[in-house]
Amino acid sequence: MKTRFIEMSVGAFMVLGIVAMVTMALRVSGLSGDTFAETYTVKAYFENLGGLTERAKVSLAGVNIGRVKRIYLDKDRYSAVVEMEINKNIDNLSTDSSAAIMTAGILGEKYIAISVGGEEEFLQNDDWIDDTQSAVILEELIGRFLYNMSNSND
Amino acid sequence: MSDSQSFITIENLSFYRGERAIFKDLDVSFPRGKITAIVGPSGTGKTTLLKMIGGQLTPESGKVIVDGKNLSELSRTEILELRRESMGMLFQAGALFTDLSVYENLAFPLRTHTNLPESLIRHIVLMKLEAVGLRGTRDLMPAELSGGMARRVALARSIVMDPELIMYDEPFTGLDPVSLGMIVKLIEGLNQALGLTSLLVSHDIEESCSIADYLCVLSGGKVLAFGTPEELLNSEDPEVRQFLRGEPDGPLAFHYPAADYRQDLLQGGK
Amino acid sequence: MLKQLQELGHKGTLVIEAMGRAAILLLNSIMWGGPGSAGFKDLVKQIYSVGVQSLIIIVVAGFFVGMVLGLQGYSILVDFGSEAALGVMVSLTLLRELGPVVTALLFAGRAGSALTAEIGLMKATEQLSAMEMMGVDPLKRVVTPRLWAGIISMPILAILFSLVGIWGGAFVAIDLVGIDDGAYWGNMQAAVEYYDDVIKGVFKSLVFGVVVTWIAVYQGYSAVPTSEGISKATTQTVVISSLAVLGLDFVLTAMMLGGL
Repeated sequence: MKTRFIEMSVGAFMVLGIVAMVTMALRVSGLSGDTFAETYTVKAYFENLGGLTERAKVSLAGVNIGRVKRIYLDKDRYSAVVEMEINKNIDNLSTDSSAAIMTAGILGEKYIAISVGGEEEFLQNDDWIDDTQSAVILEELIGRFLYNMSNSND
Repeated sequence: MSDSQSFITIENLSFYRGERAIFKDLDVSFPRGKITAIVGPSGTGKTTLLKMIGGQLTPESGKVIVDGKNLSELSRTEILELRRESMGMLFQAGALFTDLSVYENLAFPLRTHTNLPESLIRHIVLMKLEAVGLRGTRDLMPAELSGGMARRVALARSIVMDPELIMYDEPFTGLDPVSLGMIVKLIEGLNQALGLTSLLVSHDIEESCSIADYLCVLSGGKVLAFGTPEELLNSEDPEVRQFLRGEPDGPLAFHYPAADYRQDLLQGGK
Repeated sequence: MLKQLQELGHKGTLVIEAMGRAAILLLNSIMWGGPGSAGFKDLVKQIYSVGVQSLIIIVVAGFFVGMVLGLQGYSILVDFGSEAALGVMVSLTLLRELGPVVTALLFAGRAGSALTAEIGLMKATEQLSAMEMMGVDPLKRVVTPRLWAGIISMPILAILFSLVGIWGGAFVAIDLVGIDDGAYWGNMQAAVEYYDDVIKGVFKSLVFGVVVTWIAVYQGYSAVPTSEGISKATTQTVVISSLAVLGLDFVLTAMMLGGL
């Protein structure tokens, strides 16, 4: 009887651990099921990433549709290449879609926002997004602002 | 006493604990099929000797030969095999496994080392428990036994594998007179019934003399005397006489070595 | 002066010797098998006494720590007008640091000391010697299942600690100070990475589990078999494993932030 209780409570303990891991995944880290679903890859050149990291989110109209898979430098063009994996269900991104690096809040994390164009053709696996907009660098903004200020004072 | 009759032979054995020599060139042998009591003042390494015979401690030099096998030439596995096949030991505290019932304590060595079916294990366990008169305690936990009962259960456990040699570490200490009488009777009975070789470490001269075939007096890391109880009780050696008769002063000094008492008092200070 | 130097050297060699012994103990007891080796049932029994019985203290402590984090975090963040980030702060603090570390400290006090005392007492009552005389390796019989029970239980306890703590924080944030519950959970979900935060935290607690249990069984196994020796060994377990956890936490954090 005692052994039975011990074995059952150890079993429950183990199950509790697994449940906790799953809860962590779904509720706390917001890992949704479609992260594991099938994806296709699109690439884009950016002049400046401004702190975008791998595994950052890719969103369309504010909804999460994928993640940044890989970031590397194209040595010949001196610009960054970002590979994104996009949920296979979202298969109707037009070929003239644009990608912009945005910031969540003022100091939040960087993510890529996709906006769709008007072409009839859709992006396929390993296609490139041509129209990109680099991250807004705060220092550059301030620099430009100061420059304009001094110009207008003249 | 020829070699064929001795079950354990110890030759030139030396053992040190730190800088202190516990044994130095010890030579002794214990006869097969007899009860030998090892007696001597506290701290002369009687228990250490048992541990060396069991292979739990390794001497710095010298040989321990058990049943014709030199322990220092055996591998670890061979020593384990020798222990489980031919040695049993009764520890001072009984050393029953506190998380197992009396029945499981006795079944433990059998389950570990044999593939006997459960029905046969049950037979053996109940037989050994019956031999110490405690078959009725099989479902109790060790904590529920009295000191004397615990020691009898431990005794049953140490013979459960039918060893040829059984070593008793202080089997008489801390028992009430009735339990003590039982243990004495059991040790004697077991030895006769099973033809065991028994080694017994004890302070208790009277009880030891009553059951032992031989007495071995250890003192200062040496064998002071070896013989039958009658021989030793009539011995002329003053140190043997003092120990066996329990005289407070004699060659074994009452005083721990110190500077002259008068001088010590006169010096003052600390 | 020379004498003090010698004493220092003596203590140093003793420490190194103890570490060597502990390493040998771990090596000899980490694998199952051999005559009289413990079985699956022993493991279950040990997980019960090491893990299940620590559950209550872990859950209660986790809930309070989470609530305190909620209150403190709110009072800091509200000055910057970013109290919506409270969920992020509470969850990251718990998952990355407090979950593994506080669990390990509580575990050392609750289960580690009990392990040391139990093994030390088995040694003092000659149960370990008796096993040896029966041809059973006490390391395999006694130490192995306890070691594994600790290694298995610690990550489970740590993840439960964090989880309960996050809900404790949510209780304070949403029900007491009135942060919007969408902001609490939404920002948390946006910021917490499953691999970088959850899995790395679990890995940390796994390492702590090995270290704390290892120290506990070593202390018990090498305790001087007297009541004084056992009480000293128990204290040593708590002191040494607490320091080891805090020291290792720094090393592990540095390694993880360094991109591992």
